[in-house]
Amino acid sequence: MSQTLTEMEKRTGNSPVSAAAPTEERKGLTKKEIAADHPTWCPGCGDFSVLALYFKLIEKRRMWHEKITTVAGIGCSSRFPYFVQAHGVHFIHGRALPFASGISLSRPDLHVFVFGGDGDAFSIGGNHFNHTARKNVKMTYCVMDNWVYGLTKKQTSPTSPLGFKSKTDQWGAIDYPINPMKQAIAAGATFVARTTHTNPNHVLQIMEAAMDHDGFSFIECLSECVEFYEGAFDASNPRKGGVFNEVPKNHDVTDEMAAYKLAGEPFPGYFGIFYKNTKPTKNAKEAEINKTHQAKVAGLKDWQILQKSFDRLK
Amino acid sequence: MSDTSTALSTGGAPKVSSIQEVVIRIAGNSQDGIQAIGGFLARLAGRSEQEVMTFMTIPATISGGPSIFQVRMGSGEVLSSGDESDVLLAFYQHSYEGHINSLKKGGIVLYDSDHVVPRDEWKKDYHHLGIPISGLTVEAIGGTAKDKGKNIFALGLIAKMFDLNTPKLEKLIGERFTGKDPSILNNALAAFHAGYANSLGNVVETFRFAASQDKGGHQVVMNGNEALGYGLIAAGVRFGAGYPITPWSDIMELLRRELPKYGGTFVQTEDEIAAVSMAIGASYGGRVAVTGSSGPGISLKTEALGWAVMAEMPLVIVDVQRGGPSTGMPTNIEQSDLNIAVNGGHGDSPRVVIAPANVEDCFYMAIEAVNLARKYSVPVVLLTDQGIATRIEAFREPDLEKVCQDLAPSFEPVADHKPYDLAAPNGVTRHLAPGTKILSGKYPIVTGLEHDELGHPTGSPKLHIQMTAKRRKKLQAMAAELPVPKVYGPPEGNVLLVGWGSTEGPIREAVDRARGAGDSVSSLHLRHINPLPNGLENIFAGFNNIFVVEMNDEGLYGFGQLGAILRARYCDARIQGINKTDGLTWKVREILERAKGHVATGLRKL
Repeated sequence: MSQTLTEMEKRTGNSPVSAAAPTEERKGLTKKEIAADHPTWCPGCGDFSVLALYFKLIEKRRMWHEKITTVAGIGCSSRFPYFVQAHGVHFIHGRALPFASGISLSRPDLHVFVFGGDGDAFSIGGNHFNHTARKNVKMTYCVMDNWVYGLTKKQTSPTSPLGFKSKTDQWGAIDYPINPMKQAIAAGATFVARTTHTNPNHVLQIMEAAMDHDGFSFIECLSECVEFYEGAFDASNPRKGGVFNEVPKNHDVTDEMAAYKLAGEPFPGYFGIFYKNTKPTKNAKEAEINKTHQAKVAGLKDWQILQKSFDRLK
Repeated sequence: MSDTSTALSTGGAPKVSSIQEVVIRIAGNSQDGIQAIGGFLARLAGRSEQEVMTFMTIPATISGGPSIFQVRMGSGEVLSSGDESDVLLAFYQHSYEGHINSLKKGGIVLYDSDHVVPRDEWKKDYHHLGIPISGLTVEAIGGTAKDKGKNIFALGLIAKMFDLNTPKLEKLIGERFTGKDPSILNNALAAFHAGYANSLGNVVETFRFAASQDKGGHQVVMNGNEALGYGLIAAGVRFGAGYPITPWSDIMELLRRELPKYGGTFVQTEDEIAAVSMAIGASYGGRVAVTGSSGPGISLKTEALGWAVMAEMPLVIVDVQRGGPSTGMPTNIEQSDLNIAVNGGHGDSPRVVIAPANVEDCFYMAIEAVNLARKYSVPVVLLTDQGIATRIEAFREPDLEKVCQDLAPSFEPVADHKPYDLAAPNGVTRHLAPGTKILSGKYPIVTGLEHDELGHPTGSPKLHIQMTAKRRKKLQAMAAELPVPKVYGPPEGNVLLVGWGSTEGPIREAVDRARGAGDSVSSLHLRHINPLPNGLENIFAGFNNIFVVEMNDEGLYGFGQLGAILRARYCDARIQGINKTDGLTWKVREILERAKGHVATGLRKL
């Protein structure tokens, strides 16, 4: 049993569990120990590589089963938690972010990762995306963007480009698509990055940076749906004759306007960290409020604090 | 007032009459501070070992509009805020004309003669006492703040009329204005003393409450929303999420203010769906969390509520009911959310529904909700309503050291864990918080998909049958453990009035009044509604007529929402409904008249 667990047992419940680094030496988990169900995705789906790199991240960064929480909403990519051998949650469509916020704000000792698709993030859950970003709740959100609804078999998604022929736009999509990067920057996300499943090293690098970011870190990871939108991202894949442009070396990641401009580049655009800043998280701000208020009742048991309130109601 | 002798005469020394209780209705506009007068009176009653209950209406407008606050206080048991008032304090012509009908014949109307012109035709039925309240207040505290302070002046008048304990009232005023500019407190006390010193015109009789029984221990005075909020804290809840909506907002404001002292957090979310989702997320984190709302907000939360049923996640959802459907009557009372609480959402999704019967009960039922949610890993809907939320009552101070709970999760490693173990007795499994190491290396997924015992998705017909039964069975097991409610009045008789939620007081008073008149009426109040406790059929068997008294519509088939559930559950044709949808609390008289209307032979035992 790690020391972290011992500490938790001693807790009196007066405050949420505090973050503590595991001190015990444990070997990093192997892929075999992290993998759960065999993924049910279609052969060739981009999501496989995101899963494989998540395993790699856990292995490389020596995270323990019990310290990871993987949360998802509804969609092909949202099946993700079933394939990871760790505490996991498969919630309802579009609401993974507020669920994950509940974990993050009450359990600062856990790494909270949220995986989902473009429908979850930008359609049904669009409002939650904006608000979780602006509140800067600490977690990593990886959106596997495939520009189409796959689970329900080829309807238009909020990121489908104009002209995309789907079962709900037989003549081609007419609604202007959402630009996830612009959306994230405008909403106030403090870490905004873009990657693609065809460049595994880049995905891992971005995931690591996102995990290390103290705040809401957002990754748009292009992830091809071979079944319903084959070839969507070929222009970004050098193996298919496309180009993989990394964010220019001289790009200032703290420059919001520069990041926004980068996000406006036509496809395939750029890959890497577009924007990053160090605003205090909601987690930190709430902890600060608690510190101030608890200082005023220092030494009192919970019932004695409540007694003080009741004394004023006599 | 139990003393009916005339209150007014033309001269002589004031006489002091002893009374058991009084109902005072204060009518004005919503910015006049009339709730403050009512609050002072209620708190005074609480400190004087008296019983008290209040009733208020607030306009649904942004600012202003007519508003009333009614206080019933007395030395004996106070079960409702009173059908009729003994005293009407009217600040304006509209207050006077709009509420004179609420006054007992022979009652006293105390009016601000600067704003009210009394009507001659009413003078014979009611004692009129005009005092230039606005003018005298300005005289007492200076004309700097127009209209401010007249409520405190009026409180002085009432204190004089009922010989209230002035040192206690002064102390309450001091507490209320403590920490503010000292001139505010001085002005308030000046206004109070000026009112108290008033000769009350031609009144020659004042009143004094008969001594009330020493109840032993202190009383606390608060409204239902406060009691519920503090109850959740006592229960050990340390996380909540919500979105503002009347009348639920008070609870979220209280939790936002108070929880940080306990190391907890309350989050105002972007919408109702985020609120319920975040609360479930925190519950998943290991400690039962709360969300809440009123009417429309509850509709929005039902999908996530269904997830909590499916994933077997403990959660408390507070529904402070108001008039519906849709935006409905946001500041009025109704009990029309029972159906959504019990059945709201798609699929077979058994959850727990409980309803506090009075303000004190709001405190204890909040704890009950948390404990049922934990014990059975299930969402619990705590149904209150606008009436109980805003009414003030005094009750015996809880023994906080004893009732406060610590819900800190244990992270003790376990050998193995199946979140949906089909072998668990009665289907009751417990949620295991993330952070817990599982030595087998097999970690659980909590999910809204139908699943196997480890939470992995399945399309197996057999598992869907077994898991559906598991979710049902644990509530059936709960039903067997619930206390069977006691009948108020004799356990056998002609008429049984069945109620739930905030109507317990007026229903009991109706029983008392009917029995006083020789009728055979008892009542039964349900606090656990889904599941129902076992054994109610034995209680029903003792009566010829069973009336379910509810503030909701009689429905397509003639029964209110609880009535329909009881009919379906017991197939008892004697179960009938007494329903109303006027958005106001039950008057005792209404209940009895409606009951009489149903029983051709009368309420007496045959």
